[in-house]
Formats: sequence, structure tokens, C-alpha cells
Amino acid sequence: MPDLTVPRAARRFLREEPKLKLFSLLLRINWIFVLLICLLAGVGYGALYSAGGGKPVPFAEPQLIRFGFGVLMMIVVALLSPRVLRLLSVPIYILSILMLGLVLKMGHVGKGAERWINMGGFQFQPSEFAKIALVLILATWFHRVGREKLGNPLRLIVPALLVLLPVILVLKEPNLGTASIVGMIGASLFFVAGMRWWQIFVLVAPIPFLGNFVYSHLHDYQKARIDTFLHPEHDPLGAGYNIIQSKIALGSGGIWGEGYLHGSQGQLNFLPEKQTDFIFTMIGEEWGYAGGVAVIVLLGVIVLSGMVMALRCRNRFGRLVGLGISVDFFLYCVVNLSMVMGVIPVGGVPLPLISYGGSAMLTMMFGFGLLLSTWVYRDDLDLGTDQQHSS
Amino acid sequence: MIFQRPSSFKTFEASSPSKESERGASGRGVFTRRALLMMAVQVGVLGTLAHRLYNLQAVQGEQLRALARRNRTSKRLIAPARGPLYDRCGVLLAGSRPNWRALLMPEETTDIGAVIERFASIVPLDERDHARIERDRRHLRRYVPLTLKEFLSWDDMARIGLNAPTLPGVLVDVGSTREYPLKELTAHLVGYVAPPNEKDVQKDGTFALPGMRVGRAGLEQTQDERLRGHPGSVEMEVNAVGRVVGEVERTEGLPGNTLGLSLDSALQAQVRDRLGERIASAVVMDCRNGEVMAMVSTPSFDPSLFDSGVSHAQWNSWMSDSRTPLVDKAVSGLYPPGSTFKPAVAMAALSSGSVSPEERFTCPGYYDVGGVRFHCWNRYGHGSINMRQGLKYSCDVYFYQVARRCGIDAIHQAGGTFGLTGKLGIELPHVRAGSIPTPAMRRKQGFHWNGGDTINAGIGQGLVQVTPLALATYASRLATGRLVTPHLLRTVEHSLVPEAEPGLFGKMPFTAAHLDVVKGGMFAVVNEPQGTAPAARLTLPGIKMAGKTGSAQVRRVPRALRESGHFNSMNLPWEYRPHALFICFAPYDNPRYAVSVVVEHGNAGATEAAPLAARIMTDTLLRNPAERTPFSREGQSPPVAPSEHESHGKSS
Repeated sequence: MPDLTVPRAARRFLREEPKLKLFSLLLRINWIFVLLICLLAGVGYGALYSAGGGKPVPFAEPQLIRFGFGVLMMIVVALLSPRVLRLLSVPIYILSILMLGLVLKMGHVGKGAERWINMGGFQFQPSEFAKIALVLILATWFHRVGREKLGNPLRLIVPALLVLLPVILVLKEPNLGTASIVGMIGASLFFVAGMRWWQIFVLVAPIPFLGNFVYSHLHDYQKARIDTFLHPEHDPLGAGYNIIQSKIALGSGGIWGEGYLHGSQGQLNFLPEKQTDFIFTMIGEEWGYAGGVAVIVLLGVIVLSGMVMALRCRNRFGRLVGLGISVDFFLYCVVNLSMVMGVIPVGGVPLPLISYGGSAMLTMMFGFGLLLSTWVYRDDLDLGTDQQHSS
Repeated sequence: MIFQRPSSFKTFEASSPSKESERGASGRGVFTRRALLMMAVQVGVLGTLAHRLYNLQAVQGEQLRALARRNRTSKRLIAPARGPLYDRCGVLLAGSRPNWRALLMPEETTDIGAVIERFASIVPLDERDHARIERDRRHLRRYVPLTLKEFLSWDDMARIGLNAPTLPGVLVDVGSTREYPLKELTAHLVGYVAPPNEKDVQKDGTFALPGMRVGRAGLEQTQDERLRGHPGSVEMEVNAVGRVVGEVERTEGLPGNTLGLSLDSALQAQVRDRLGERIASAVVMDCRNGEVMAMVSTPSFDPSLFDSGVSHAQWNSWMSDSRTPLVDKAVSGLYPPGSTFKPAVAMAALSSGSVSPEERFTCPGYYDVGGVRFHCWNRYGHGSINMRQGLKYSCDVYFYQVARRCGIDAIHQAGGTFGLTGKLGIELPHVRAGSIPTPAMRRKQGFHWNGGDTINAGIGQGLVQVTPLALATYASRLATGRLVTPHLLRTVEHSLVPEAEPGLFGKMPFTAAHLDVVKGGMFAVVNEPQGTAPAARLTLPGIKMAGKTGSAQVRRVPRALRESGHFNSMNLPWEYRPHALFICFAPYDNPRYAVSVVVEHGNAGATEAAPLAARIMTDTLLRNPAERTPFSREGQSPPVAPSEHESHGKSS
């Protein structure tokens, strides 16, 4: 077990931190990536402006203010060194698990599922936060347990439990979409951390049977989502309404769109949740295929940038954090886009930085802060004292 | 390369794994390979999504755009305006006035029942509304709105507007309701409209439109197709909750035709006032072209009550009224014609050659045949009289003998020629045909014919039954010698209908000489001393009227009572008194108008019907032609030129 006793870690933090001047640290932030983030948020502002009926209220302006906070937070997080992050990973993970437990106890029920928690006036979605916490704790674990040690399957048991705990809690909310994203982030980290292929095979093979078992334990509304996804036309005004309306709106956008602020389906409120989960539909209707593809390309560039930043990192922890955050962002985008285009069942996953909503935006910005931090400290070899300690 | 690489740090290439720590290098090669693999997958997934987007937006775009258009527009059929009815002077008889109503668009709400319930809590619906909504819901169509409530008040509309967010699919619009300004004056002729029933809707889907009405009586019924018009449609842009935000396309429906009647509503009112409280009917016809100028049946009813549906109480009170206000007695009332039938019998005898005008028959006050005694109305008898005198005195015995001589078949035939047994083709529903049965017809119905039936038929009693309209037609035909048929419809969309053109009628198969004998008799009835209807003499200078009285028994007078010499039908209970009838035409030398009057249980035609008819005829002759002008004359030759007697009337 890694030794994370506070006094030693704190001593190290105080000893090493003055070496890096704040200004040079700021210079080392990947400002081009920050620009890409701002661009994405700009697209979101435009879309929310349109969703608000061509007005900055009620969506665009609050979201912009939140983004401002998010950027500040991102930069602060970006300056934290991997050591500090590893130090924080355990309390953060424990906190996120506690919040997930709390939300089950006293969460605010929204749309048939307990997902929200009230935190001093603003509502917070612990499952968003849990993803970041999981990335951090797994990166910390695999940082300490090198690729070589993973040949022993017993070394995988603790990280597997670290993954399963939030997955089960999120499933109980119940939020199938986020639970599967959490699971996939965990699986990605297992994969790049250097699991053996035979281990992967042993884990993947029973999935179909497991899937069957899970389906039989799904809530009715979750089953209904899968059913209406498969046959949306059965209930065009009920549960299938969202998918059908979304496809209709996208189709009516055509190649070049109906024009900004002139999308008939969105502006006439045929689009459900157009400012949150279905914001991409609104963009697709008003800007057409050209606009939609531009957004997809921008999302892809951000994902790949994150991946490249992870690749570039010279310490294992940073690589794993960078990749985990990039995969988190990627999964967000893919699940949302697939849902909007009717590829997978509808399931409350927003489009990061574009959809209206506070906690998703802030947790994502926190994640981007971590990603930037791995870039800032990309050349930190980070042998770590515990490595010397354990070897 | 977008990623900066500060020189103060070792480059990726420069750093060999051996120089790096064990921890930093741990699995880096594996990480790089697998991360690159994941990036490839990520690019593939995003590419697939972009492809899917292309499919949706470009390939299926056209089809989905059509869906979007259907989404945002809502097609609605609009009921056409029902055509108005005017009288010959341009007085509105049936029109439309706005009717604010609440409609429910079925396609814009998912739970119709809940919306109706909520609506009912805001605007109270009575039992009949609920019943109608239930009925309409059974054959609900997507584009056809459901009428929740009609004749909304301002308060109702304000309440609906205030609660609009909780009433998805409910909207208020303005339709029209049928209005009859003259109310009961023309109710029988104009008829009324009522909401369509299930049968109508099955026959023609457009009846399901809110505000559609179907004619249920009078001209509204017979001219329904002309008045109805064709529905238009309007395509509205609506938002997701069905609120209309704009109009995309509008196809105007075709309004129903404007119809002009031959009726003169002012004359109609005069006639109605003349009849007063009597249960009676009167018909004024232009005997040259068959135009019905006035046709009154009393009592009447208010036709606008039908538009919104008649209450049970109102309906029951009409149905239990022995005066039958809903029945147009002028066309549906069958009465024995009594002595007014005698001119027809005379014509039958003359044209069959069985009796000559000057042949005399003796009237001792009674006539015995086969052991049965038939009385004359005058028990002292009329002596030896010819045909003119027979008509003038209305001698029953004379006509008993004439009828026996010429036979029932000849009477039947002549009666038919005079239009007494036909439906006459007037544009009204429920027209009943009169009957002059023959032995052959009676046999078919399983009855035995006896000689007395023929004798009774000679004085228009017994089995003979005619309508007041047929009597007026009969008078017109007597006056003109032509086969005049009555009609009410004069113009459609301001142009004369072919039937309204004068001079189209063929001659009757009677010689002028014979007709003149009968007309002479009718002249004598009114204008000569000892005629039966001196009370019908016109006071207008230079205009003479010819007519014939009739008193039709509704109950056989017992022989003993009659022979006692104390019989007076005025002593009978009202409902057993004879009907009083009178037919006439004027001016005698150049006939223009024919009038028939039937007063139920009026006791005697000479005292009750004849003076009425004379006054009605006077009213008709005095109608100032200048007052008849307003609307139908533009661009057309006046169908009726003012003639001498009218200018007489004006100057007097």
C-alpha cells in the first residue's frame, strides 16, 4: 500500500514547490488547449443564446459566468503538481463516494432518478464528480503499481473494487448512462495501464451474460428507454417523442441549416430539453450538417489533444490522468451525440461545455485542469519517495 | 504541432527509457501503443457519428423536413358560410351572426378526456353539451376540431384565456350561428337548421366541422346543398403546445349561395295579422307565374331555437300543442275542400260533356238516393237552377246530381288537372298530396265504394282531402286556364331560376267557354245578390274578385238533429265545427293573384274565410310595387310589371 501519511507529503510539498515560480508555471500551461476549450464554450454560448429565443437570458449568460469560474478553477488545478494531486486523490475519492451515498439517501429526484444533491443553494450531481475522482485514484494506484506487477491478477482486485463501488452507487441512483461511462473510464485506464490481453479476455467474455442479468434488473423506465430506442414509432407522443423530434429537427436542418435563430423545431419548442441534452440538435437544425460536423471536429480535436498531451507526459500518473480525462470527455460527447442522433437510448448525458448546466460544466473544467496539470508537469520524472520506499 | 515544448525540459526523443525512472517508464511503450489504438477508435467513432449525421441531415433530410413541416403546421378545415335567404324585396329572412366557441384540436393534446374535464371546471357544461361532446368524440378525426362549447360569453372567453396553459389544444374561434330576423313569421317556409347528427356525418364528413349546420325544415332543408357551400382550409404554424403563431396558407371555402324567395315578407306579415289568433293558413299566389307571395300557417314557432339544439321542455311543449305549431298547415295540412271543390266538379261535368251549363237541376233541399237522404245546406231548397246559379248559391243538391251524372273518375281527373292531388313541386319538405279517391283506388286499399261516396265527393266532402297550397294553385289554374305550379325560390345568386320565368305554363285541357261558365259562377258568388260570399266583395274601385266559399264538416251531422231544424254548427264544441275555406282570384277580368284561406273550425267559409280572403286580397293588390324594388331588379328586367290595378290601388 502506498504510504500517504500527511506529514511526509506535506514536507515534500513545502520543500519542492518554491522551485517553480508561479509565472513560469503559468507559461507552461497549454494555452492553445485553453483556447480550444474557450472556443467550445463559445459555441455553447451561441447555442444557448438561440435556445433562449434569441436572448442571453435565461441560459447563455448564467452559463458564461459559470464558465468564467470554471476557467479560473481550471488554471488553479493546472498548477497543482502530480504529487499534490496524488495526495488529494484519496480524500477526493472518499468524498465522492460519500456524496454518491448521500444522494441515494436524500437526493433530489429529477425525471424519475435520484441524481442531484443540494449544496448550499446550488444543485450538484455527484456522479459527475465521481468520474474525476475515479480517474485520480486509479492513476494513483497504477502509478504505484507498475505495468510489470499487473501480471499478477491479484493486483487488479483493489482497482477493480475502486471502479465497481461508484459504478454500483450510480446504478442505484439509477443512472444507467453515467454508470456505464464510469465503468468505461475505469476499463480504459485498466487497458492503458498495461493489463495483459488474457486478463482482458477473461473479463470481457462473460459480459453478454452479465448484460442479460443487468437488463432483467433494470428499472421499468430504463427498459422503456431501450424499448423506445428500438421502436420509437410505437409511442410517438410519449417516450419516443424526444428521439423522433430530435431526428426531425436535425433532418430539417439539411446541409446548411435553417439559419441561426431560425430553426423552426427548436424555436417552436418541439425540441424537448433543447438547452440541455438536445442542444446539439438545435445546432444541427440551425447550422445544418456543416455546423454539426464543425462541432464534431472541434470535439475530436479536443479529445485528441488531450490524448496527445497524455502521451507526451513522462510520468505514469500524468499519462493515466490525462488519458482518463480525455476518455471521460470523449465518452460524454459520444454518448450525447449518439443519443441525439438516435443511435443509443436516451439517457440524461449532456454535451460537455455546450449544454446548459452547472455541475457538468464545473466538473469538466476541473478535469481539464487536471489534464493541463499533467502537461505543466509533463517532464517531471516523478520518481516519488514511496517508490524508493517500496523498492 | 500545437504543443509547445519548452527547451528547459528534455525532449521526448532525447529521453531514453533507460535514463528514466522505473516508475516513469513503467509500461510506457504499452501505454503509447494502447493509447494510439484508443485514439484510432475515437477517431473512428467520431467519424461514424459524423457519417450518421450526414445520413440524417443530407440523405434523409428531405423526408425529415416534410415531417418538420407537418410538425409545425396544423391543417384545419373551416366551415363555409351558409348562404343567406332574402325575400323578393331584399329583406333578410335567414342570415348568420358571429358565434364565439371553444374548440379542442385533438391532435394537439394527448389526453382529451383530461382536457375536457379541466375545461368543464372552468366553463360549466350542461348535460346536453356533455352528450354532444361524447357523441363527437366517437368519430373524432385528427384535423377536425371538437366543439366544446358554443355561444361563449365574454366572461367565458376571459376564463379560457386565463387558463390557456392548462388547456392544451383548446382554442376559441368565431363561427357563425343562423339567425332568422323575422322569427316565427317565415318559420315554416324558411325552416331552420340544427347541428348535424351522426347520420349526416357518416354521409358527408364535412358535417363534422364545428359550426356546420344542416337544414331540418323548409327551404333550409330542401335547398341545403345550395346554402351549405364548400369548406375551406387553413394551414397554421403552431408551436409544440399547439398555440397558433402564424398562418401559412389559407384556402377560402366557397360560401353557400344567396337565395331570393318570391315571398313578400311585408305582405306575409299583413296576412299573419289578418289571421290573428285563428288556427289557419292562407296562401297568396301570383297566378300568372306561380310565385308564392305569402304563405302563412298559424300558430308558428321561433326557428332560431333549433340552431343550438332545442331543449326537451320546448320540444315537448310544441309536440303536445294541439295547434301543431311546427306543422306548416299550408302544405302539410289536409282538409276536405267542402264547397270550394264545386268549381272542379263543374269543370269535370262540363268537360266530360255530361252536363251542359244551362241544364237545370231541381233542389228541394235534399236529395234521396238508394234510401239515403243527402241534404242541401239550405233545407228550404234552391229550386230549379243552372250551373252558374248552382255555384252562386253553392247548392249541394245541384252538385250531388252533377257528380252522379259525370262520375267520380271524371271528378278525380279534373281535380288532378287543377293540381288538387299533386305535390306541386314547391321547394318545401313534408308537402302532402291531396286525394280524390276513385272506386279503383279504394278497392286497392280494401274498401268498398258506395254511391254515397261519389255524391259526397260532389260537394268536396267525404274522402276528398286537399292542402291550402293546392287550393291556391287550383284557384290560379281556374283564373288563368294554365297549369300554374307554385314555387317559392325566385333567384339563386341574384339571377332568376328558370321556374320563376313567367308564361311557361301549358294550358289546361278545358275549353275557354267552359272555364268562363265556372268563373262566372265564382264571380256571382262574390258580387251578385244572394251569392254566398257578399262579405268578400272588394271595395277597390274597378276591381272585382271571383271566389268560392267552403265549409267542410269534420263530423257527420246526425240526421235527427238536422231534421229537427235546430241544427246550428255554431253550437257545436269548437273542435267539431266545420272548417271554413275560401278560394278566390282577382282582378276578375285580368287575374293576377289567387288566394286560399283555410280557418280550422272556422264554422262557415262565407262568414269566416271569405272576409279574411277579401282583406288579404285587398292587401295584396294595394302592395305598392315601388316598395318591392330593392335588390332583385338590378341588371334584370323586372319579372313583374306593375299593372293597372296596382296603380289604382295606389291612387285610392
